[in-house]
Amino acid sequence: MSGGRTLLNVRDLNVYIGESHILQNVTLSVREGGITGLLGRNGAGKTTTLRGILGLVERTGSITLDGRELTNLAVHEVVRCGVGYVPEDRDVFSGLTVAENLRLAERPGSPLRYDLVYGLFPELAQRSAQKAGTLSGGQQQMLSLARALLNGDNRILLVDEPTKGLSPLVVKQVAAALLRAAELATILLVEQNLSVAHRLVGDVIVLDQGRIAYTGHVDTLMGDPALARRYLGLAAAGEGHTRT
Amino acid sequence: MSTIVLLALTGLGLGALYFLVASGLSLIWGLMRVLNFAHGAFFTVAAYAAWTAQGALHGLPSPWMRWFAALLIGITIGALFATLTEVLLIRRLYREQIGQVLVTVGLALATLALVQGGFGSDPKQVQLPAWMTATTAVAGAAIPNTRLLAILAAALVLIALLLFLQHTRYGLIVRAGVENRAMVSALGIDVQRAFTLVFAIGGAAAGLAGVLGGAYYGTVDPVRGTEMLIFAFIVVVIGGLGSVTGSAAAAVIVGLLQQFLNYYAAPGVGDFAVVLLLAGVLLTRPGGLAGGVL
Ligand SMILES: Nc1ncnc2c1ncn2[C@@H]1O[C@H](COP(=O)(O)OP(=O)(O)O)[C@@H](O)[C@H]1O
Ligand SMILES: [Mg+2]
Repeated sequence: MSGGRTLLNVRDLNVYIGESHILQNVTLSVREGGITGLLGRNGAGKTTTLRGILGLVERTGSITLDGRELTNLAVHEVVRCGVGYVPEDRDVFSGLTVAENLRLAERPGSPLRYDLVYGLFPELAQRSAQKAGTLSGGQQQMLSLARALLNGDNRILLVDEPTKGLSPLVVKQVAAALLRAAELATILLVEQNLSVAHRLVGDVIVLDQGRIAYTGHVDTLMGDPALARRYLGLAAAGEGHTRT
Repeated sequence: MSTIVLLALTGLGLGALYFLVASGLSLIWGLMRVLNFAHGAFFTVAAYAAWTAQGALHGLPSPWMRWFAALLIGITIGALFATLTEVLLIRRLYREQIGQVLVTVGLALATLALVQGGFGSDPKQVQLPAWMTATTAVAGAAIPNTRLLAILAAALVLIALLLFLQHTRYGLIVRAGVENRAMVSALGIDVQRAFTLVFAIGGAAAGLAGVLGGAYYGTVDPVRGTEMLIFAFIVVVIGGLGSVTGSAAAAVIVGLLQQFLNYYAAPGVGDFAVVLLLAGVLLTRPGGLAGGVL
């Protein structure tokens, strides 16, 4: 997947929350196609980077999608340019049914892929009349992913820790869904489960304390235990040798 | 027995007015996290607009037609005033809670001063069709028809609001927005438009309450909007901020409690009991009686 053209370009992204300088001149680019990993320890600024791209936090810098400037657009306008978002804590609407959550996500003018999402997650079809608040964590994650996959005109999906807290079986299902989704749109994936990340992603961008610390290929990062340990923590040690 | 029926229906009538003011207040808080202290001003301006219209429309052949035309004008003015308030004032201040309080309190005070300046501080008699000054016998009690009218109107508004929330796209957006506004915009939805719509709906309901209040009391009064606002806020908190059915239930409870205790205990005890109930709910169920927006 090397040599693909740049789809998303982020230049000098700075985010302040209160007095803290959370993101410091974050510059990154995501190539079209496949899954790019956005990695880093807890609190490194991964979630804030995704929220900054969408405009959910105040930020300075420049963000372009396929050459189109997104920086001064409102959040809903950024999304309408073809940016799907799967937030870290799922953020399904608990008082709405599964079907209502999906209906809300339908974007006018976008081809809708109900067949795809119900094919990937049959449980959602079975539970379409159920309130999202009564779903299990895994089902809520499926619904959150489904909302982003539903719109056929999404160019890029920003997916934040989709396997967090899920059982191994559901992790597998989510990983399979991401691989399928990657055939249809580019994915920028934050993933703390390193074996999952290693299996899914090609390019990686590593954040450390709000700055870009590393960009390269996942095999290079995982193949260097010292590097992996430094940026990703102890859990990363040895990962390079146990690719699953 | 007939006293109980009279008190119950009068309390329900009062609760109906509270609900009409509280439902908009509750949705505005639920969706936008704005404490709209100007909501009583929507009530007042609509009441005076209807009163003025009735005087101006003496060409219309029947009292009913005049009253009905004035009702429509009151509702429209309420909706318009609320829409302008959102577009011109509140929209700039969504991130500034203190600013919202100052602006909406300021608007409420300015409206009161303008109405008092233009119409005087004394209540004005409202012309009503004969039916509205008459009573209907219900289980042996002579119930003023305006109580029944207020109850009917509030019930219709409750049904309309629930249908709107459950069966329209904007209703879906409002329900979702009450839970998590940011995520609604992250789905590509311009949540701002829903804000304006909710203000317009709230203003229309408050305007309806203003006109019905004129019929209920037989007068329009510059300070009644403020009284309504206070009890509507209490209703909203007891019912659960952001919940429409919660507001309806709380409005009924508050209206009945007020009427019965003011009659059987002593005047004023009912109002005091309402405040005690508010404190009790805040201590035991800080989220209010209801959970979600419905
Ligand atoms: N709303 C907030 N208020 C204060 N600090 C925040 C807020 N959001 C994030 N932070 C801080 O910003 C840093 C980056 O957070 P985040 O982007 O969530 O990291 P990650 O997703 O990589 O774990 C952390 O130090 C976190 O404490
Ligand atoms: Mg995070």
